[in-house]
Amino acid sequence: MKKNDSKVSSETTSETGNGMKRRSFLKIVGGGIIVFFQPWGALENIGAQTQRRTLTQDYNAFLQIAEDGTVSCFTGKIEMGQGVITSLAQMMADELNVPIGKVKMIMGDTDLCPYDAGTWGSQTTQTFGPAMRAAAAEARGVLVDLAAARLGVPVSQLEVRDGFVVDSKNPNRSVSYASLTKGKKLEKYLDVKPAPEDYTQFTYVGKPLNHSDALLKVTGKAKYTGDLKLPGMVFARILRPPSHGAKLSAVDVSDAEKVEGTHVVRDGDFIAVLNENKDRADEAIVKIKAEYTFNELKADDRNLYDRMVGADSRAQVLNAEGDTELGYRQSDKIFESEFHDPYLAHASIETHTALAKQEGDKMTVWASTQSPFGLQDGIVRELGYPREKVRVITPFVGGGFGGKAAFQQGVEAARLAKLTGKPIMLVWSRDEEFFYDTFHPAGVVRIRSGIDKNGFIKLWDYSVYYGGTRGSDTIYNVPNTKTTSYSQNMDSVMIHPFATGPWRAPNNNANTFARESQIDIMAAGAGTDPLEFRLKNLSDEKMISCWNAVAEKFGYVPSKTPGGRGIGMACGTDAGTWVATIVEVKVDKTTGKVRVLRVACAQDMGLCVNPQGALIQMEGCIQMALGYTFTEEIRFEGGNIKNRGFDTYEIPRFSWTPKMECVILDRLNMPPKGGGEPAIITVGAAVANAIFDATGARLYRMPMTPARVLEAIKKV
Amino acid sequence: MEQKIRFKLNGKNTEIITDPNQTLLWVLRNQLGLTGTKYGCGTGFCGACTVLINREATRSCMLPVSDIQGTEVITIEGLSRGGKLHPLQQAFIDHDALQCGYCTPGMIMTAAAMIMKNPSLTRQQIIEGLEENLCRCGAHTRIIDAVETASKEMKGGR
Repeated sequence: MKKNDSKVSSETTSETGNGMKRRSFLKIVGGGIIVFFQPWGALENIGAQTQRRTLTQDYNAFLQIAEDGTVSCFTGKIEMGQGVITSLAQMMADELNVPIGKVKMIMGDTDLCPYDAGTWGSQTTQTFGPAMRAAAAEARGVLVDLAAARLGVPVSQLEVRDGFVVDSKNPNRSVSYASLTKGKKLEKYLDVKPAPEDYTQFTYVGKPLNHSDALLKVTGKAKYTGDLKLPGMVFARILRPPSHGAKLSAVDVSDAEKVEGTHVVRDGDFIAVLNENKDRADEAIVKIKAEYTFNELKADDRNLYDRMVGADSRAQVLNAEGDTELGYRQSDKIFESEFHDPYLAHASIETHTALAKQEGDKMTVWASTQSPFGLQDGIVRELGYPREKVRVITPFVGGGFGGKAAFQQGVEAARLAKLTGKPIMLVWSRDEEFFYDTFHPAGVVRIRSGIDKNGFIKLWDYSVYYGGTRGSDTIYNVPNTKTTSYSQNMDSVMIHPFATGPWRAPNNNANTFARESQIDIMAAGAGTDPLEFRLKNLSDEKMISCWNAVAEKFGYVPSKTPGGRGIGMACGTDAGTWVATIVEVKVDKTTGKVRVLRVACAQDMGLCVNPQGALIQMEGCIQMALGYTFTEEIRFEGGNIKNRGFDTYEIPRFSWTPKMECVILDRLNMPPKGGGEPAIITVGAAVANAIFDATGARLYRMPMTPARVLEAIKKV
Repeated sequence: MEQKIRFKLNGKNTEIITDPNQTLLWVLRNQLGLTGTKYGCGTGFCGACTVLINREATRSCMLPVSDIQGTEVITIEGLSRGGKLHPLQQAFIDHDALQCGYCTPGMIMTAAAMIMKNPSLTRQQIIEGLEENLCRCGAHTRIIDAVETASKEMKGGR
């Protein structure tokens, strides 16, 4: 096991990074052995760069071996269904060699856990995991040192086993972690990035393990934010404008006040009703009469793509190799396409929810959020509290997908608690959830590409407008490439009429849809089987391994397209993970309705910590992908969101579920990578290519609704 | 204005005094402390609020509590008896048929009503029966498997 520089420190009052004195932290958690550490990899990721606070001065997490031998990890990460509460515990149990039942994860509490930028981008396992394991190794070293003194044998003669340090020459002599930590208060600090580890020695890591929180969730005992209740708590509803950009001009709350038990709160344009009874709060809010003035963008879901490509944008060349003019001349056939991708909602089943309590000068907020420290910052910034007076606690989160990186509801609840002194429960309605979502941004991709007589790609000129660049890498071997991103020019008119944000594998779906459709178009143009065409133009060994694995799983038989079979494919990379997918669809040519019959998917995600959890994430990605593929699209007129319910914004259902065959490549010697997002990126493109194979019709716009499929079929 | 409502809740005779226009969902959650039944949309489209009323799967978010007068209501908290999980609950754990877990109580209650009516459900019947329950994490394939397992087990007894 590697050694990290560390120091044993006595009592100290320096900051832990989130404003809390370390002394008070120790008071809360008690004694034992505590190791402070930080996720080094997080310094390199986007989430950290965009945060105002620097991570480098902070120890980003604590690990504690308590006096009863319990191992706890305190982290600002949160559990929202992605399963890290289980996979992180697996890593800890392995490193410290304790039964997994002895491991506790304490997550997303800003008083107990040190600063964390947020839970997104499939970062928890790949950047946080290794650091946490190194801290566990450090703690193990301390335990062994203590045991050596206690047992009077050299460190080299000791090993750890099931929560005990054991004399390997005399296994009857052992001492438990609990007795070693009893009455101790030892602090250690990890300052060195951990070296890669030998993953083959692990007991839990790499073994399938069911969700550790499942029992709570099937019995209704798991507590989500909305399940909490405080004495004197009231439900709040807030007056909302009819559209983004509308401004309140007149308001009459008299009818709302007549609803029994209703208290109306007004602070400028911020108006809310409070009631101990949730239904009466709902009744009161709709009785407020309000008038608005409108000054909205002349944008809607019909003209948005023209606005994007026609705008005065900021152009940035992300990548350029060779010479695109030369590539044009070397090409025998040139292909030009434009792909459209709409705004999408996150549509978690739990809406944004927060409970806020003001006690003395301290504000405590429980919130369904992917960003507890972001919410803490938001309350500091918008309501003027000192940071140490704001505590955010994250109970179970009922789905996030990027949407709960935004935390407006937590600030609103805190604002009402501050204004009234009452504990406030704010549960956004489904309408509010759709209206205030930070949507996946719509975008356009234009590609001009070319192949030579032998079917080799010679030109790849790729432009992405306003959607985002994740997944815009060329992947294939092309001598002449250029990737250009067009984004908002701050001196120019705004393109997005409302807030946008990360949506599971942010924009990689759209870029993969565009790239892999274009590859398919070229394969058809070359008269080559689309898998053969891809393999011919790829040299990335991980991608090729994924293709071989998925082709075998699917039982793929080569054929030129369109071959009438309804088979399509796509590949891509996301969060450090490689993924390849083959699907089979059935197209009803009279209605345009497409059904996905089966999906085979292979993924190289480095070391897979929990194969069961990773498999579930792959299946979830495939199922969720069917939504952006077939139905999901925000319809809007100016700032007015027109589909604000599950009746008008349709998400995948049971009858859509295809047969799924997923393969996770065995990569025990590689560091772990992200698994919560990658498999979602390839499904849309693979389905589009399968529709082409079935019908000869090419789809350039998501979602591929029956009407759009029919329209494309008519053009064949 | 307030009204006395008597009903059987998770096997126990229950009497509450409440505004009869309140929805069953918020009476359960806020007045009776049974928070396993979830709010998802408030308009009956997602199924997170599903409970059993006289053994029928019912969306509690739009149901005035006065409608449950004299009925038998079972929520997720009342499904396991004598400390033993209901076969559906056990099957959801065994198949890992959940992620965030927020839709899970509604899924289980909907499936429970289906199995009560027909203990030998086919896969197609399970899919049709759960069609109006929404899950955003994409646990569908495992939920279908879990209900199929529980259905098979319950057919053999209980």
